Amino acid sequence: MKRGFPILAIVTALLLSFGLYEALIVAPTERTMGDVQRIFYYHVPSAWTAFLLFLINFVASVTYLIRRNAKADILALVSAEVGVVFCTVVLVTGPIWARPVWGIWWTWDLRLTLTLVLWLIYVSYLMLRRFSTSSQTPVMAAVLAVFGALDVPLVYFSIWFFRTQHPSPVIGDGGSLDPRMAHVLLINWAAFLCLAWLVCWTRYRLEVVQREVEEAQSLEALLEGDGSR
Amino acid sequence: MNYLIAAYIATWVIHGTYLTILARKYSKIQREIKSLKK
Repeated sequence: MKRGFPILAIVTALLLSFGLYEALIVAPTERTMGDVQRIFYYHVPSAWTAFLLFLINFVASVTYLIRRNAKADILALVSAEVGVVFCTVVLVTGPIWARPVWGIWWTWDLRLTLTLVLWLIYVSYLMLRRFSTSSQTPVMAAVLAVFGALDVPLVYFSIWFFRTQHPSPVIGDGGSLDPRMAHVLLINWAAFLCLAWLVCWTRYRLEVVQREVEEAQSLEALLEGDGSR
Repeated sequence: MNYLIAAYIATWVIHGTYLTILARKYSKIQREIKSLKK
């Protein structure tokens, strides 16, 4: 596993550089929007990665509720944290794209509003985990995560089932994306998936060590307390 | 073009900020491990 980390780091760096080159140089310029459409190559893969991480959070949370497994609890925390980072990218790059294309930074459109709600749910989840001192925190967080995950399909399918200002799906049924653009999109998604995996891996190890240190510290405090009596 | 550059820079600023937070967390844990070993 230790040898895999530098390999994954190198692959991620190469894929991110290649993805950036493809997005800025190789991908054809869109006729109506021009160069600003290239934001799509970061915005959409970030959204897909965030959805995937929230799905992992959901599965890990359900596993924790059933089995009370500490590894599942750590995985749920890590996936939510990294998912929030990617969701933040989506919420920042979206308005930067909307300003020149729609003429406004933000509108209370269904897709946009549901994405903001999704972000707020997972930020609340992280705040609960950070500031609650109750021994039941992992259980409460897992329950919140299960309800929070309900918003993910709502966000994803909102543009399929409702008429919204957000652009229609460009991939899958009804999608009309130029194959060269789809190729660049998938390269960037692969790069972001590798980045997410790398960051989750690092964060997971960090959380495991942190919990071990906290355990050792409380044991030390206990022993010191016994010694002073 | 300015919007495109702004979006790409914003993406890397967000990821960079998170990685910095992780690096600081790592240093803090390292210090705690050192103090436990004393």
